Amino acid sequence: MVVKGLEFRIDRRSGVAAYQQIVQQTKQALRLGVLGPGDQLPTAKSVAQTSAVNPNTTLKAYRELEREGLVEARPGLGTFVRQSLARPQAPVDSLLRGELESWMDRAREAGLEQDDVTALVTSVMEERYAGTGPAADHAGPTGPVEPAGPQHQQ
Amino acid sequence: MMSYETGYGGPAETSAIEARGVGRKYRRGWALRDCSFRLPAGRICGLVGPNGAGKTTLMAIAANLLAPTTGTLRVFGAAPESAEATRRTAFLAQEKPLFRRFTVAETLRMGRELNPGWDQRAAEDIVRAGNVPLDAKIGTLSGGQRTRVAFAVSFGKRPDLLLLDEPMSDLDPLVRHELMGTLLAEAAERGTTVLMSTHMLAELENTCDYLLVIAGGRLRMAGEVDELRTSHAVLTGVHSDGRTPPELAYHTVVETRTSGRQFTSLIRPDGPVAGGPWEASTPNLEELLLAYLRSPEAPPLISPSSYVAPQAVAA
Repeated sequence: MVVKGLEFRIDRRSGVAAYQQIVQQTKQALRLGVLGPGDQLPTAKSVAQTSAVNPNTTLKAYRELEREGLVEARPGLGTFVRQSLARPQAPVDSLLRGELESWMDRAREAGLEQDDVTALVTSVMEERYAGTGPAADHAGPTGPVEPAGPQHQQ
Repeated sequence: MMSYETGYGGPAETSAIEARGVGRKYRRGWALRDCSFRLPAGRICGLVGPNGAGKTTLMAIAANLLAPTTGTLRVFGAAPESAEATRRTAFLAQEKPLFRRFTVAETLRMGRELNPGWDQRAAEDIVRAGNVPLDAKIGTLSGGQRTRVAFAVSFGKRPDLLLLDEPMSDLDPLVRHELMGTLLAEAAERGTTVLMSTHMLAELENTCDYLLVIAGGRLRMAGEVDELRTSHAVLTGVHSDGRTPPELAYHTVVETRTSGRQFTSLIRPDGPVAGGPWEASTPNLEELLLAYLRSPEAPPLISPSSYVAPQAVAA
């Protein structure tokens, strides 16, 4: 099935290359379950039409997703999702989410601004996840592992 | 679509344009000098530079409207004046010349009569997608509608190389976005190489994957957008009395600007930049272009994918 709702939002001001933004947004859609196995990604032509993004940019992003084993190109048909990144343990997620929500409430009561919270979360995450790839925990045991290392954003 | 995927990649790909030592002299002086570059086929290339930099001159040479004073230019390997090159090239001038008293349908009919490989359906689809009535006179259309009809005529020719001189300059942002979408989608479907001059730097960021920068009649930068961006870095840090850190001199500095106690340098790293007395980041396309356009003395950067030896080949 073609996912009609998937539209890429490209931030032209950010230092992140447009194709990387498409890769990230596709992965996000895979994690959230917006995209599932067998779904077709929008064609480079339709992304060009709706978002005025260069078709080579979209194809470059799809090739990267293909290298990671997440999608496959079927010649003449389009690009399709092979593998989901959604995690099966929804109850754990919601438990973790609940804990994070109450932690966030406490942070807010303590007077932390949004930026303070982001900085704190990022620094703890970098410490605890040191040595693992950013998406390594999302893929299954046989799944692809993203190259580790800090993404240079901004 | 598929033809598009195969047209991307290694240095072996065909050149849509190859220029060697191309120059053009007018009575007032040189409008273009010593331009040597190649534009690989299948790219959407932005042609950027200040007014009077030589952008239109370069396009007019490729479109066989002007002969170069020096050097040679080839379109898919053929001389611009050859029947093959003329058939494969479409040029849309800035003023988008269309007959005001013709209807849209008559304008397309003229395209059909004049061009042997005419694709009436493609042309009509582009016109219809913008709800432009076929029986309306060109003179009664809005600027955006006229540009759309001009695009339809250009794509109806089924060119392999489309040259667009400031195609969107007189349009509002909404129409620009819509027409840019149409342009990119058509190019994607047919694998058309597009060379498009523009002033709107911010707009280039996602639309172009290739770039030619001209200033003062000379080529300043050429190459793939991602490649050009990642081969530069923006460094910001604190200067002391206008003196930037000595470590900066290890790199090729394109431009340094100071404001207050902060300096911002755009450099081409000649070694690792991490760990210096600064914050390093990758410039966005606009930062990169502005730095080069403001610094005419900075050395030009011609990337490997666009490099050709400057000697003119025998005509």
